[in-house]
Amino acid sequence: MSDKVPGAAGRGSDAPGPIISGKDSRFVPTLYAQVGKDKSWTLDFYLSHGGYESIKKAIGMGQDAVIDEMKKSGLRGRGGAGFPTGLKWSFMPKNSGKQHYIACNADESEPGSFKDRYLMEDDPHQLIEGMMIAGFAIQATKGYLYIRGEYKRAYDRVMAAIKEAKERGYLGQNLFGTGFEFELYVHRGAGAYICGEETALMNSLEGLRANPRQKPPFPAQAGLWGKPTTINNVESLCSAVHIIQRGADWFASMGTEKSKGHKLFQVSGPFKRPGVYELPLGATFRELLYEYAGGPTEPIQAIIPGGSSCPPLPWTDETLDTPMDYESLVAKGSLLGTGGVIGIPASMSMVDAMWNVTRFYGHESCGKCTPCREGVSGWMVSLFEKMGTGQGKKGDVEVLENMLNQIEGRSFCALADAACWPVRGSLKHFRDQFVAAENGKAVERVGSRWG
Amino acid sequence: MGFFDDKQDWLGETFAQYPDKRAAIMPMLRQVQQDEGWVSPESQEEIGHLLGITATEVAGVMSFYSYYQALPTGKYHLQVCATLSCAIGGSDELWDELVNELQILRGDVTDDGLFSIQKVECLGSCHTAPVVQVNDEPYVECVTKARMQALLEGLRQGKKIEDIQLPGKVGHVVHNRGEEVKA
Repeated sequence: MSDKVPGAAGRGSDAPGPIISGKDSRFVPTLYAQVGKDKSWTLDFYLSHGGYESIKKAIGMGQDAVIDEMKKSGLRGRGGAGFPTGLKWSFMPKNSGKQHYIACNADESEPGSFKDRYLMEDDPHQLIEGMMIAGFAIQATKGYLYIRGEYKRAYDRVMAAIKEAKERGYLGQNLFGTGFEFELYVHRGAGAYICGEETALMNSLEGLRANPRQKPPFPAQAGLWGKPTTINNVESLCSAVHIIQRGADWFASMGTEKSKGHKLFQVSGPFKRPGVYELPLGATFRELLYEYAGGPTEPIQAIIPGGSSCPPLPWTDETLDTPMDYESLVAKGSLLGTGGVIGIPASMSMVDAMWNVTRFYGHESCGKCTPCREGVSGWMVSLFEKMGTGQGKKGDVEVLENMLNQIEGRSFCALADAACWPVRGSLKHFRDQFVAAENGKAVERVGSRWG
Repeated sequence: MGFFDDKQDWLGETFAQYPDKRAAIMPMLRQVQQDEGWVSPESQEEIGHLLGITATEVAGVMSFYSYYQALPTGKYHLQVCATLSCAIGGSDELWDELVNELQILRGDVTDDGLFSIQKVECLGSCHTAPVVQVNDEPYVECVTKARMQALLEGLRQGKKIEDIQLPGKVGHVVHNRGEEVKA
C-alpha cells in the first residue's frame, strides 16, 4: 500500500521536451474541451468554435496528404488495440470503382470504458466531422456509426446532429461546393461485447449473428457487404479532427517516443472523483489517480490499467509512477487498452474480482470456437464458481493455469485472450489469494458496498 | 394484423439505409421490443417473412443479444449492470434488494405487470456505479438504496423517469481536469 505523498514530481509545467503531463501549461485539451457545456451538441455551438473547418482543410489538402498527416501524427487506434490509424487508412485501395465504407466503432463495451459516450452525447458534430475526414481520405461516401444499443442519450444527440447537419448542408452531396459527398447512417447494437471486434461488428451490421470473420481478407479488402471498409474507434476519429486542424507536429509534441498524442483516460472504482480525464500519453497513473481523480477513498490493492482485459497491476509506487503509454504498460506485463482504469479495493478478493470478469467474458463469448465456448464460458466460469464459493480443492490453481495455457492464443479471435490476460496477471501478483481459495476460503464481501 | 402492417414508411426508410435489407433485422427487432416489451414468435415469423429469411434465422440473431426478449417483460424492465465496477459499487446487493422487494427473478413479471428484472453486462457508466437502465431510457446512475426506492415509487405512480426526483447525486457525473464539468 502506498502512502507516498501524491504529486507528479519532475513533471511540472514548462519542463523541456515532449508534453507528458496534464499540468504542463503547453497542454491543450481538445477532445473533451466542449463536454459539459450548455447546448454543446448543437450545430450552432459547434460552428461557433471552428466546427467543420477541419474537413474543409482536409479536402483542400487532398487524400494522400491527409493520410500522410495522420501517419506523421503517430495516432494509434484508441479502441484498445492501438493500431496506427494513418497506416490503417493507407491500406484502403485507391479508385477501386467499388463503394467504400467508413464504419465507426461506437460499441464501447470494454468494462471500465465510458469515454466515447460523452464524445457522442456532448460533441456529436466532432465525431461526424471525424468520420467525414476519414471518409474523404479513404474515398468512402457512406459511413455507418455502430453505436451500442444502451447509449440512448448519445443516440438521440447523434441523430439530432445528423439531421441538423443534413438540413444545413454539412452532410449529403457536393459538400462545401467541392464535389465531396458523404452520407451517414446510424446502426444501434443490442448488447453484445463481441460487436466491438471489427469483423463481428460488420456481421452484426449486416444482420447476421455477430461472430467474428476469418482474416484475411482484411476489412480494407473485403469488409461490409464485401466492399473495402475501414473501422475506427470514436476517439480516434475525433482525434483526426484536431490533427488535421492543428497539424501532426502539434499532436506528436505530446506523449512519449512511440506513444504520441493525448488520450481520454477513465477512472472507476473507489476514488474521490471518478470520471474521464484528457491527458497526454506518458502521464503517470499517480497524476491521473491523485491529481485528477482525487485519490482513493479506501485502500486499493490493484488497478486494472486499461479496461477489464488488461492484466491488473498491484497498487505500488512502481505502478503509480508508470507512465501511461503503450510501451511502458507492456514492459510492466499489462496493456494500455482503452485507458479505462479500474481500482480494485483491498476489501474485495482478487478471486472475486476475476470471477466477475471471467463471468463477463463467459457471457460474452460468441460460441463460435471451442477454446472460448468450452474453455472460457464452460471451464473457467465453473472453476471460479467452485473456488469463489469455498469449494476450492488443492490443485485448482494449477488447473486454472493449465486452462489459461490451453485457451490463450488458440481461439478464433482475441476475446478468449482478453479473458485469460487479467486472470494471468492476477495469478502473477496475487497468487496467495488464489491459493487461499484453493484451500477452501470462500470470497468474502467485507461489509456492504451499497447504501 | 402484423406488427409492421401500419409501419410501411418506417420500413421503407430503414431498408433504404442498407444495400441489403437483411441488415434491417436489428432495427426491426428493436422496434418490436420497444413497443411490445418482447419479440413474440409471431413477430419473429413476421420479420423473417419481410426479410425473406426463416423465423429460425431471426431467432438465431435475436438470441445473440441481451436486449431482445423472448419472454414478455413488465412495463418497466429493470436492467442491473453486474460487471466489475458496478460490482465494486454494490450491484450484487442492489440486485438482491430488487429480488426481495419485487419478489421476482429473471423471466418473471410482477403480478401488477409493472416490473421485470435482468442482470446485464457492463453498460459503460463505470464511474457512476451502480447503474440501472429502465427499458430503453437513459441510465439511472449512482443508484443507492434511497434512490432505488424513489425510482420504484415514481414508476409505480406512473411518472416518467426524467420527472422522478431521486435523492442525492442526480447521476450523469463527469469529471474532467479535476473539476465536475457535468452533473
